[in-house]
Amino acid sequence: MSDHVHEDSGDAAHFTLRTYLTGFLVSALLTLAAFWAVMARPFSARVAAVLVVTLAIAQILVQTRAFLHVNARAQGGWILVAYVFTAVLLLIAIGGSLWIMFHLNTNMMPGMMSDPMSQAP
Amino acid sequence: MSASTHPEGVATPPVFYQVEGEGHGHAGGGTLLGFWIYLMSDALIFATLFATYGVLSRNFAGAPGPHELFDLRVVAVNTAILLVSALTCGLSMIALQGGKVRAVRLWLVVTALLGIAFVGIELYEFGHMVAEGATPRRSAYLSAFFTLVGTHGLHVTFGVLWIAVMLLQLGQRGLHPDNRRRLLCLSMFWHFLDVIWIGVFTFVYLLGVL
Repeated sequence: MSDHVHEDSGDAAHFTLRTYLTGFLVSALLTLAAFWAVMARPFSARVAAVLVVTLAIAQILVQTRAFLHVNARAQGGWILVAYVFTAVLLLIAIGGSLWIMFHLNTNMMPGMMSDPMSQAP
Repeated sequence: MSASTHPEGVATPPVFYQVEGEGHGHAGGGTLLGFWIYLMSDALIFATLFATYGVLSRNFAGAPGPHELFDLRVVAVNTAILLVSALTCGLSMIALQGGKVRAVRLWLVVTALLGIAFVGIELYEFGHMVAEGATPRRSAYLSAFFTLVGTHGLHVTFGVLWIAVMLLQLGQRGLHPDNRRRLLCLSMFWHFLDVIWIGVFTFVYLLGVL
């Protein structure tokens, strides 16, 4: 039975209980740390924000590796290529939007900032 | 494809599948790669929603903001539920590898129940917000919030629907190669939603309350 599972997906060899459990435990720890950093407030808001974003990126990488089985060999490397390409697009779309919009906000006159923007339905 | 014409396909599908695999060059693998491309394009939809949310994250228009609206304990419970459901989905995939159809169905049922619990708690949270007057119409911030979190919730809802369909198909045809391929896609979909949720609870809830 296991022969054609390997035929079915190039990365099926990585579907092991160990991988899933490790991914689950690491994800749980990263999640706990993130909620603790915000709910217990051990740090300043700025430090907590940097920490929480770092933990999120770490957890995304852990889950793509352990749960989505992304590696350099799956599907002849195309899974990884699509993943990295999407990551670049995500960075441009989210980072670029925030960068531009917050620069627009700060370049506005102080009195004009809150009213026209916040009147949007 | 033609395997369904065999009255009893217990022994036939492996033979047939290897032939197909040689003929088309990883036929099942092609589907998995195609589904992966779909998931990546879905990630771009979420990217635009995250960007919109980020841009509008201060436009409260006098309506309640994250501090008044969010209860992090509820979010923590929902995060835990989705993470455990990712594990049970993985256990279902391990059972699939072992060819244990009963275990596959059991873990799929557990995953679906956790998914229903997740959507239920999210709807409870939404209902609570609407009851407080924080509807999507109140502010640009709330519009962006309900669109982003609601889109994720809709995805989970359709994931549950997909699990229900797979349970039916498993009941009819067992671990047929087609069903194996569908289950692999389903697990990718489910784990993808968990990855998106990392972004949601970090950027919407945790950073919102900070």
